[in-house]
Amino acid sequence: MAAILEAQPAPTTLKEKKDKPAVIDTDIHNAPQSKTTLLKYLPARWRRHHETVGMRGHVGSAYPRAVPNAARHDSWPPNGLPAGSDLDFMREQLLDAWDIEYGILNPLLGAGNQLNLEYGAALASAINDWQIAEWLEPEPRLRASIVVANEDGDLAAAEIERMAQHPGFVQVLFVVRTQEPMGRRKYYKIYEAAERHNLPIGIHFGGAGGGPITGAGWPSHYIEDHGGMPQAFQAQVASFVYEGVFERFPKLKVVLIEGGFAWMAPLMWRLDRTWERMGNEVPEVKRPPSSYIREHMWISTQPMEEPPQGKYFRQLLTQLDMDDRLVFATDYPHWDFDAPDRAIPVKLAQALEEKIMAGNARKLYGL
Amino acid sequence: MIDCDIHNEVPSLQTLVAYLPDFWQDYIAESAFVGPDANDYPAGAAITARPDAKPATGGPAGADIGLLRQQLLDALDIEVGILNCAYRVSSVHHPDLAAALATAVNQWQVEQWLDAEPRLRASIVVASQLPDIAVAEIERWGGHPGFVQVILPVRSHTPYGSRLWDPIYAAATKHDLAVGIHYGGAPGHPSTPSGWPSTYIEEYAGMAQVFQSQVISLITEGAFDRFPTLRVALIEGGFTWMPSLMWRIDKEWKGLRHNIPWVRRPPSDYMREHIRLTTAPLDAPPTQDELAQIIEQMDSDEMLMFGSDYPHWHADEPTAILHSGLDANIVRKIGTENAREFYRL
Repeated sequence: MAAILEAQPAPTTLKEKKDKPAVIDTDIHNAPQSKTTLLKYLPARWRRHHETVGMRGHVGSAYPRAVPNAARHDSWPPNGLPAGSDLDFMREQLLDAWDIEYGILNPLLGAGNQLNLEYGAALASAINDWQIAEWLEPEPRLRASIVVANEDGDLAAAEIERMAQHPGFVQVLFVVRTQEPMGRRKYYKIYEAAERHNLPIGIHFGGAGGGPITGAGWPSHYIEDHGGMPQAFQAQVASFVYEGVFERFPKLKVVLIEGGFAWMAPLMWRLDRTWERMGNEVPEVKRPPSSYIREHMWISTQPMEEPPQGKYFRQLLTQLDMDDRLVFATDYPHWDFDAPDRAIPVKLAQALEEKIMAGNARKLYGL
Repeated sequence: MIDCDIHNEVPSLQTLVAYLPDFWQDYIAESAFVGPDANDYPAGAAITARPDAKPATGGPAGADIGLLRQQLLDALDIEVGILNCAYRVSSVHHPDLAAALATAVNQWQVEQWLDAEPRLRASIVVASQLPDIAVAEIERWGGHPGFVQVILPVRSHTPYGSRLWDPIYAAATKHDLAVGIHYGGAPGHPSTPSGWPSTYIEEYAGMAQVFQSQVISLITEGAFDRFPTLRVALIEGGFTWMPSLMWRIDKEWKGLRHNIPWVRRPPSDYMREHIRLTTAPLDAPPTQDELAQIIEQMDSDEMLMFGSDYPHWHADEPTAILHSGLDANIVRKIGTENAREFYRL
């Protein structure tokens, strides 16, 4: 495979960093240090549950990761703690090393996928309190996503109400494989609460909604699970648009995290053209789908698109026409980490690079 | 011109009853079975039929060979047209009933279409829920010169790269038949990784993602390594998404190929060698330049084959891609040559 040779700078030295554009990392994964970390944040009733039955999701959905915790080998702290669980090591390896101005925490701990919804809600509250105490308070560069039991609108909206006033929380977190397409009515109370508090809905890679992870049944391998995530994102984009969610919630913002972005322009064309022929089924949708997408949606850059030629990358940015909507992310500490100084495969105009690396996220999250 | 996607519609279940053995005729009469439980093309939906394609004599669009000749074969001067009958036997839970219906559909295709019109070729309809049953049907028709392909719905109960499907690929390659994966299907589970969409427009547009899942599966699960001569056509799923899929899966392979050591080349190499896509729906971008870019980004001028998708009615005219300012050489390859080579016409 031809490598992209265009504008592949050498790794940055500390001295050079001063001239580098600011970096905001919109996707960092923090993890508990052990199985008992969250216990003190759970009420007694759910602590008992946590210690006995524990987590129960849609079993049968698992694909073993290529590496433990899907983490970079070098992200396991020398003190033996799990990857992503040691704030000091995260500072050293990520925030300081790359001079990250702000980093957004997206803990992926399964609260939203619990079959027992009330346990999921208790777990979500515990995770959010743990984030405040052990991440947001000690480290001013960090912001976090509100974890919610997203399959129940009432429970999730209540958690948003509980957390929204805390200045450290900047978004509400879903994982992309939900039980139902996200345009459906069961999620509207969540959007209502998010819109009320001007919090974007972040949709992150992963999850298990109960059905097969493709529209054609269960695949066999992790590469299909991992490489197949863009299909789930595309389905969610179509659902938001065709269900008229942005007509119902005109101030709602949606951030697509770790789903890639090369598929977005072709998807917009397909949604537009299909709407031209069959829009009469969804009269609530008053404008071409692409216009809602460009207005209401943001996309994180990791995993960076790597076409075989730099020219194709430039074409895709032009086709996408979402210069104000791409936000940089590393996905630390996961194995498919994108490094701030070499993620973008071509040399961009400085203004655009600054937008993608920090400016767009600063506006989106009010940083 | 060669048209790789024409729909011949079974007028009604009664049409097939005449081709069924007594047992199944009785079964259908007694059980009030009304046909496969699928709704890929709701009767009144705009995409289902161009407004002038409904036969004056009644019946669904695509059921009248006279109208097909007039509106498509003669109107566009089609040299060869390939029929993709979308009768959904694979969504019938009773495997023997599904198998009997498949045989009836194929017999009907031979008598009413292939024998009647020398410009037509057809796809073998199979009950794919049990691969052995599908193989028997392929064996029944594999020697008939009118059949050039085995047709499978894109929505399967298991992705098509699984070894479960190997008997079908063994039979298809033995008879030098292509495998066509076509829009639609009703395996009983949701059409998206996150549940059932509410609307038909969402389901229709979302079918492109199911095609993407099948491409990933075919390559990463090794179908083309086990069957190096396997040829797969993706029909009525769009194609503008193809470059983005190539880039993504090539990148995945770079990081994860140690998990699938049988895949020795970048996935996009397999796509360019084994996979072809028909051109409708075009899902046209706003400008001709962008369309030309997408085709350039495939790094191959051999992957696209003209398909009118008659009698379906998309936002773009079926022949729009041939009049989009593309290089004349590419237009010739899309309009004729790629299909001639792929289908051995």
